[in-house]
This record gives sequence, C-alpha cells and structure tokens, in this order.
Amino acid sequence: MSNPQQLRYSKEHEWVSPVEDGVATIGITEFAANALGDVVYAQLPDVGSTVAAGETCGELESTKSVSDLYCPVSGEVTEVNEDVVNDPSLVNSAPFEGGWLFKVRLEGEPADLLSADEYAAHTAG
Amino acid sequence: MSSTEPHRLRHTALDALHRSLGATMTDFAGWDMPLRYGSERDEHIAVRTGAGLFDLSHMGEITVIGPQAVALLNHALVGNIATVGLGRARYTMICRVDGGILDDLIVYRTAENEYLVVANASNAQAVLDALTERAAGFDAEVRDDRDSYALLAVQGPESLAVLKSLTGVDLDGLKYYSALSGTVAGVSALIARTGYTGEDGFELFVAPGDAEKLWQAITEAGAPAGLVPCGLSCRDTLRLEAGMPLYGNELSLALTPFDAGFGRVVKFDKEGDFVGREALLAAAERAAVEPPRVLVGLVAEGRRVPRAGYPVVAGGEVIGEVTSGAPSPTLGKPIAMAYVDAAYAAPGTAGVAVDIRGSHEPYEVVALPFYQRQK
Repeated sequence: MSNPQQLRYSKEHEWVSPVEDGVATIGITEFAANALGDVVYAQLPDVGSTVAAGETCGELESTKSVSDLYCPVSGEVTEVNEDVVNDPSLVNSAPFEGGWLFKVRLEGEPADLLSADEYAAHTAG
Repeated sequence: MSSTEPHRLRHTALDALHRSLGATMTDFAGWDMPLRYGSERDEHIAVRTGAGLFDLSHMGEITVIGPQAVALLNHALVGNIATVGLGRARYTMICRVDGGILDDLIVYRTAENEYLVVANASNAQAVLDALTERAAGFDAEVRDDRDSYALLAVQGPESLAVLKSLTGVDLDGLKYYSALSGTVAGVSALIARTGYTGEDGFELFVAPGDAEKLWQAITEAGAPAGLVPCGLSCRDTLRLEAGMPLYGNELSLALTPFDAGFGRVVKFDKEGDFVGREALLAAAERAAVEPPRVLVGLVAEGRRVPRAGYPVVAGGEVIGEVTSGAPSPTLGKPIAMAYVDAAYAAPGTAGVAVDIRGSHEPYEVVALPFYQRQK
C-alpha cells in the first residue's frame, strides 16, 4: 500500500491533509482501514465542537472490534463526511479520498505529525 | 492488533498458502489462523449465496476405537451415542461431574466400533484428557489425532455442485450430519455433511500433506460458482446469524447445558451412568421450576454493535449480558445473542436495551436463529 506524499500522519494512523484556508481534512490510513476490517459504523465529532490533538473524538466500529478515533490536530470541527456516516465502507474502499472523516479549522500548527516515509517506517515494524 | 509471540503459535498445513493469498492472520486458541482474506462481509455473503472455503485445521480430532467405544462415549458424554448409526454424526456435549460444560462436540461414527470426536481448538487438550481419564475400565482406546488431520470446509448453497465436480462419491445421497470415506480431487478424505454456517456444506478431514492439493482443486472448481477463501471472522458472523453457540461465548464451565438452553442434548434415559448425571438431573429440575436466564436474539434499532460482555438493561436494571454480537451482513443491522432474565425473554419484549459503552441502545428481542436457509 502507498501513503500519499502530500499528507501528514499520526502514529495513531490518522492522516491530515494540507491546510486550505485554515482548514485540514482528517481521515484514517489504508493501513488502519485494513487492520480494522469492514467498518460498519462511524461515530464522528459534532460539527462546531472543539477537538484537541491526541484526544479521542469518535469511534470506528468494524465487524470484530471498535476503535477510538484520535484527533491528530486541535481546532473546531467544520464539517463531517455524511457519505461515510451513511456508508462506512467508504473508509475501507477509499480511505485517502471519499472515505475522509471530518474537517477541522486549525488552532495553531499541528505538532508531532509524520511524513509519508516516516509513517511507512512506523507501520513497517 | 495481536502482539502474541509468533513463534509460539501453531501453524496449519495451509499456512504458506494463506500467506500467499494475503490473509490477515490472527491468534485463535494458540493457532495462527486466517481471520479474513479480503472483506469479511464479502466472504460472509459468498457463503450465503455461493460458496466459501475454510481452513479449520485447528479443530481437535480424537479417535475413540475398540469393542467398548460406544460404552465409553456414553459414559463420557451427555448424549446417547448408541443411537448414532454407522456413517452418521451427532452434536453433543461433554460435561464435568458438576454439570459444567467442558466442550461442545461433533461425534462421527466412522466404523462399527470407531468414532471421530471433534473438539474446539481451545478445549481439545481438556477433552482429550477427560476422555482418556474416563476410558479407565473400558475396552477402548482414546487416540490423539490432532496432527493426523487437516480440516477443510466447503460451505454454501453451491458447495454440493462444487464438490460433485471433484468426486465420484454419491454426495446427493449423503444426508445432513452424515459422513463417509471417499476420494475428492484424488485425495482420500472423510467427507462429512456438517458445518457451522447455517448453510448446506461439507467438512473434509484429510491428511495434512494432502491439504494444499485439495484446497487448490476446490478453489479452481469453485471459482465459476463464486467460491472464495473465507476466514474465521465470517465464520463467526455466519454461525451467529444461524444462532449456533460458540464455546467461550454462549457455553462455558460455569453453565450446564440446561442453563445454556441446550438441555435437549442431555439424554438421561440412555443405558448406564454418565459423568455429570446427578448434577444435570438437578439442573434440569431447577430449569423447569425456576428458569435461569434464557438465550435470546437481539436485533438493533440503531447501528452501534453490541459486544460480548455488554450488559443488557431494562427499566434501569441489568437484566442480562451479551455473549456474542456483530453487524449482520444478512440483516444489515447489528445482532447479538444474550442471556436475559426469563421475564424478558419473550420475542417482542418492550424496553430492552444494550449498554454500549455507557449509552443505552434499544434492541428488539427475537427468537433464534436470525437466519434460516430455504431448503
């Protein structure tokens, strides 16, 4: 699998898009989606809520397990992907594209994120 | 993700093949087993609509053979094995003296005085030990055959057609819960019409050295019918939809068959004494007078999935516990099996919810199974 170079990554397997007008898009990586198996339910943060980097902000439920969703950045949630809420399998079929989860208006510059190559090394272990 | 030391896991004869297929592996009862190859939901649906191929070589085979094999099994198990005809199979249980369920089993009568007992991987050693101990005084041998067999299962409505293309054995004449010896794809096999999916299907006990050849032949023969390799993840959702109990979830040492709702497998009227008889008589009486919790089905109104151990609640009180739960690919909703107080066990009982990590999600009580194939 390949992790898009333009994204940045958390050790908890979320990706963060390049910032546009102060807003970044968040999703989970293909590695994480494969580890979860078929995602059947996505509980995403409420639009307008404040999220903090490193804290849980939702959960993803798959056939065999439920996993906390960690927020890789701090800020205010501006949008959630209703397509994923309605069809969580998008997280499996297009984790880096149509399966994005939510958007955050950033408070400050995100810290401790990995480059695609660093994330690839992190997941190789 | 499992962090179990891989070198301590046991591997089946098909291990290299699973890896070449890109399977996600998991530690199951000390075995490194395929959890899924691709999407577990697709694998589940393939078994319901076409066919699926499983490696079940972790299951524990024990042979009981000798003039008093049937007497030994009747003493050691709760069922009446004397009524199992040649070439037939029986679902049964083995209990402790206190009536607690040690394992649930399938017993195949493979010859006049020979039986193949198939135990769950997690309990195989305990079953072997119990049978060996209980064999004292009987003219019969208990043989550990766990390493003698690989076990492949072909399950689904197309499984009959797929296997027929690989064997001259009369599979049409092979009834459900029957078994016979024959050749499949040039491989000697015990061919059993049994399974754990709620579909028609076959289980093939073969020499480990033949497993890969048989797997490849079934894969090729089944491809036009939509046969796919299937992992343990979909095996669990298939058996859950079919309302079949899983040891460790619905069955345990803490429960007698009567507490678990499977009292029908206990046969008090068989010849001779059997291990657990006294305790089971008391449990049967207790169950008749003061019913214990009842195993029921629960279907979600929402989308959050109940998991084993989650409390079942009604009117602010805990009235039961989930034993197995998963999103059901067939129903398109989360489902669960749960033990609930008898007062809440009737299908349609109102006001029942599952405590899913603090939030009470409404669930409908239904009769088991959730899914029954059209015959």
